[in-house]
Amino acid sequence: MQRGQRLYMDRFSTNGVAIEFRDVSYVSPTGQEVLSGLNLEVLRGETFILLGRSGSGKTTTLKLVNRLLSPSAGEVRVDGAATAGVDVIALRRSIGYVIQDVGLFPHFTVERNIGLVPRIEGWAEDRIRERVQELLQLVGLEPQLAERYPRQLSGGQRQRVGVARALAADPAVLLMDEPFGSLDPLTRDELQREFLLLQQRLHKTVVFVTHDVGEALRLGSRVALMEAGRLVTVLSPQEFLRSSDPWVAAYVKAFKAGLDSAANRGTE
Amino acid sequence: MNVFQFMVQNHDQVLELTLEHLWLVGISTLLAVLIGIPLGIVIAHWPVLNKPVLASANIIQTIPSLALFGFLLPLPWLGERADRLAILALTLYALLPLIRNTFTGIRGVDPAVVEAGRGMGLTDRQLLFQVELPLAVSVILSGVRVAVVISVGLATIAAAIGAGGLGEFIFRGLAMVNNQLILAGAIPAAALALFADTSLGWLEKRLRPQ
Repeated sequence: MQRGQRLYMDRFSTNGVAIEFRDVSYVSPTGQEVLSGLNLEVLRGETFILLGRSGSGKTTTLKLVNRLLSPSAGEVRVDGAATAGVDVIALRRSIGYVIQDVGLFPHFTVERNIGLVPRIEGWAEDRIRERVQELLQLVGLEPQLAERYPRQLSGGQRQRVGVARALAADPAVLLMDEPFGSLDPLTRDELQREFLLLQQRLHKTVVFVTHDVGEALRLGSRVALMEAGRLVTVLSPQEFLRSSDPWVAAYVKAFKAGLDSAANRGTE
Repeated sequence: MNVFQFMVQNHDQVLELTLEHLWLVGISTLLAVLIGIPLGIVIAHWPVLNKPVLASANIIQTIPSLALFGFLLPLPWLGERADRLAILALTLYALLPLIRNTFTGIRGVDPAVVEAGRGMGLTDRQLLFQVELPLAVSVILSGVRVAVVISVGLATIAAAIGAGGLGEFIFRGLAMVNNQLILAGAIPAAALALFADTSLGWLEKRLRPQ
């Protein structure tokens, strides 16, 4: 395990930094300071988890990457280039984006939803159709679902389509904002498992927002804990469980409390 | 002689006035669509503007129609011809439902959908034409429908300033205390309104996204 972990880190350290936050602060239009002095680096090919309570600034951090929000101070760099200096539309098209509410276009079929970015990027129709079929297979959906509308799908299927759509133009970076948050535990488990398999094959740089400690530890290469707009610490899942940091320990304790209490109740 | 015999006997005139009526309604609705929908789109994206624009359209709506025709009379070029005046007045009245429904329709699009589209790199224009407008189309159409039905009714009053239309029969009938004449104007006007309402309602239902 130790050795595996080290090999893993070595591989990515040679590949370098994909996303970098330098002294980033964000003040909302209403004047509230949501993020202050954020510094972090996301390595190429890793699954970087942003863990924290609601309001801790993790979604804001995510939206700063594809410039749905712009930093009030500091700099966000993607592939070494400050996002402030690049064409925002091109930047967003080069980054996959998956959100909790999925946001599938209700008036588009699954095929058109998935093929949207390739289509506006001017791909040929044949190639789009091929790509859609390939992606449906990748996320474990039947090919005939291509003709369905989002309302005809289950929650889990919709989320799979959301992931397929984000992968459509083969972006190197994937932003995921609580993608499995609204799913039932069994479907979530299934999608988490498939996410791990997918990530083994694709090695995307993933920034993944969640407030679920179990999910963070299961999916993450590294977990960044955020609290009140600040970064508390960045740890590997193994380090996270052993950490003596009071914030981290509180999360670990809360995570274990449910299991312990159930187990104890059985013995009494 | 009942009203239907009258209408058959004077079918040339009934037809002519109906066509005039349709022309007044058609042109004014077209103008209102060309002004109202873009305005609705603008205020849906620049929230600072929505109060003043909607308030102005509301105020116009509260001006009694006869008074509005009177106000517009002294305008240059427009005041010269009654039909121009009538079209302007009808356009102004049709604006409110169009602006309001466009605004409501676009604002009603699921924010998650808009956010996903923006995050995927759609330009504002692509977002508007591929996402917002298609999803708002049935609400916008129901605004068109309200506007048309209001216009068909209001256009009868345009005859008071000599703009023609089915109101001619109605005003003549009123002056001559002739109910048949009034009905000869009112029945086709009501039929037009019903027809417009049903056909636009059908279209609205067909285009409603699920």
